[in-house]
Amino acid sequence: MAEKLLDVSDLKVRFATEDGIVRAVDGVSFELERGKVLGIVGESGSGKSVTAMTLMGLTRGVNARFEGEILYKGTNLLEISDRDMQNYRGNELGMIFQDPMTSLNPVYRIGEQIAEAIRAHDDVDKRRARARAIELLRQVGIPNPDSRVDDFPHQFSGGMRQRAMIAMALSCNPSILIADEPTTALDVTIQAQIVELIGRLKDDFDSAVIFITHDLGVIADIADEIMVMYAGRIVEHGTKRDVFYDPQMPYTWGLLGSIPRLDRPRPERLHTIEGMPPSLINLPEGCKFRPRCPHVLEKCTEEPGLENRVDTPGHLDRCWLDVGFKRGHRDETIAGGSAEAA
Amino acid sequence: MTTVREEAPAGGTALLEVRHVKKYFPIRKGVLQREVARVHAVDDVSFAVREGETLGLVGESGCGKSTLGRTLVRLLEPTAGEIIFEGQPIQSLGTRRLRPLRREMQMVFQDPYASLNPRKRVGTIVSDPMRIHGIGDREERKRRVGELLDTVGLSPEHYNRFPHEFSGGQRQRIGLARALALRPKLIIADEPVSALDVSIQSQMLNLLEDLQDEFHLTYIFIAHDLGVVRHVSDRIAVMYLGKIVELSPAEELYSRPIMPYTEALLSAVPIPDPDLAEKRERIVLEGDVPSPIDPPSGCRFHPRCRHATDICKEIEPPLVDYGNRHLAACHHPLNADAETLRKVGVA
Repeated sequence: MAEKLLDVSDLKVRFATEDGIVRAVDGVSFELERGKVLGIVGESGSGKSVTAMTLMGLTRGVNARFEGEILYKGTNLLEISDRDMQNYRGNELGMIFQDPMTSLNPVYRIGEQIAEAIRAHDDVDKRRARARAIELLRQVGIPNPDSRVDDFPHQFSGGMRQRAMIAMALSCNPSILIADEPTTALDVTIQAQIVELIGRLKDDFDSAVIFITHDLGVIADIADEIMVMYAGRIVEHGTKRDVFYDPQMPYTWGLLGSIPRLDRPRPERLHTIEGMPPSLINLPEGCKFRPRCPHVLEKCTEEPGLENRVDTPGHLDRCWLDVGFKRGHRDETIAGGSAEAA
Repeated sequence: MTTVREEAPAGGTALLEVRHVKKYFPIRKGVLQREVARVHAVDDVSFAVREGETLGLVGESGCGKSTLGRTLVRLLEPTAGEIIFEGQPIQSLGTRRLRPLRREMQMVFQDPYASLNPRKRVGTIVSDPMRIHGIGDREERKRRVGELLDTVGLSPEHYNRFPHEFSGGQRQRIGLARALALRPKLIIADEPVSALDVSIQSQMLNLLEDLQDEFHLTYIFIAHDLGVVRHVSDRIAVMYLGKIVELSPAEELYSRPIMPYTEALLSAVPIPDPDLAEKRERIVLEGDVPSPIDPPSGCRFHPRCRHATDICKEIEPPLVDYGNRHLAACHHPLNADAETLRKVGVA
């Protein structure tokens, strides 16, 4: 069995705001092994980014409260000091963000920024750090890295900036790379390049990847396991095949049905999930998806736990509906509004 | 070599006809602000949109699709070419004569956060176009705003709220209500759903379809998401570095792309089906889109094209009709049989 890098149990993140307490993450548990890609999907406000940032210690602040455990190789990252966290950040966990323009400092050269990250963690001189920056840029596929290392961010295209961000995140050989919507701001052609790059680098650097996205197409490409998040919790968790071919949560069906797909005949109308995600300050009682779910039962006023309800071990969901009923009815939703698509 | 100019298409009159439109942006340098180079954002684009149809405009960032959209409604001045709206050339109309036409053509923008004035209330935002064009009195406008909000799926009670009180999807609906206020014939929607979550995106796309039926709207739908564009469009134009490289009925573009760039774009779209995703061939385009300041010679796609030969570097392929109103500009067309090729006369 591969080495277990991360063991998150019952993680809760709350922020005190003027309007009330925001329950951004509410009881999230998962594990991550070396060499695996864990995909987290969900809409804005589902808590996927807060989960990722909490792993990196980036949500710490006076108004934030944490519960649960984040065990990284046995150490609880929630309990270590800010200074210790800095050593984990970069060395053990690297992160890339959605917007490569705002994540890079516009007034410093690309190479300086990567070298700075290297020198913050390793005791090397400037020349060695620069050489390593060039090598990293080569590894992430920047052409002519010897000269491009002296470019400013504005001289890079969006795809190249994201490559530079990846180079920076990998500069200290982290065991876990967290990618938060790394391709959302990019064109499809560039997105394909970046997804391929992340998959390849994961093997080259023998690391694990947490890949956060709202795009189920991207996740189908890269993930081994998928967690679907809604209102701060995991509502479905399983292997890629489980989630795509035997989805158990009506929310997951809704997500699958909402995408205009190129691999299917065009439906008359797209499926929609009615309404909006709930406010994280004032969550509905019971199942959090209940107000938008077309298959509500009386029982749904009581929140279902994240349990294994199907015959595949490890495939977890939060839904009271009968598995047989779900398997019979979900295709109406997934195929889109009219059942024109067979 | 003859370039095909699209005549008014059969089965409907052309609402908008675009002939050889160019939009260059000068790059100025030095004390004298001399022009040293030009960004060829839109470079000789021709097409026609008939009433009630949706024309999709796709391409990577920087291909000129947004610039084209803005040029069509004269938010930007075209450098050359003709824009004919309902039979009337509008490319050189002055502000006064353009104003009544502005009622007929409206835009919906991408960013629902930046396109609404944060200091104005929803009621004012939606009624301003009517006030500017002197439609109705205060009471009448207020009633109309209520109707419009209802049409786009918001509540008339939202009249006195500010944009920040709404989510991204709701703001986009406000933007749509504003665009509809003057009962336009043509709506140019520039990436109207790309900032929205998938579940909200599908609500918005369905709403756009309903509105088209209800108000007989014609759309030019600009987007980079090929799935979304296929869903809404009757015909699709693919742009690359300021040029239309393929223009085709929607379904046909996906089943039978002719230009290798279109093929590569389609193959890069991720498919939410792991088995299919694994099986299908993916054409990964190397590198980025070249600079529109100094576009490549010949076919602009040749440096990234896997079929490119010497002719592609030298001669720019014209946009020719491959039958069924499927136009493409390529020296090495895909998915075309021998007879079509002979008719078309492409080497």
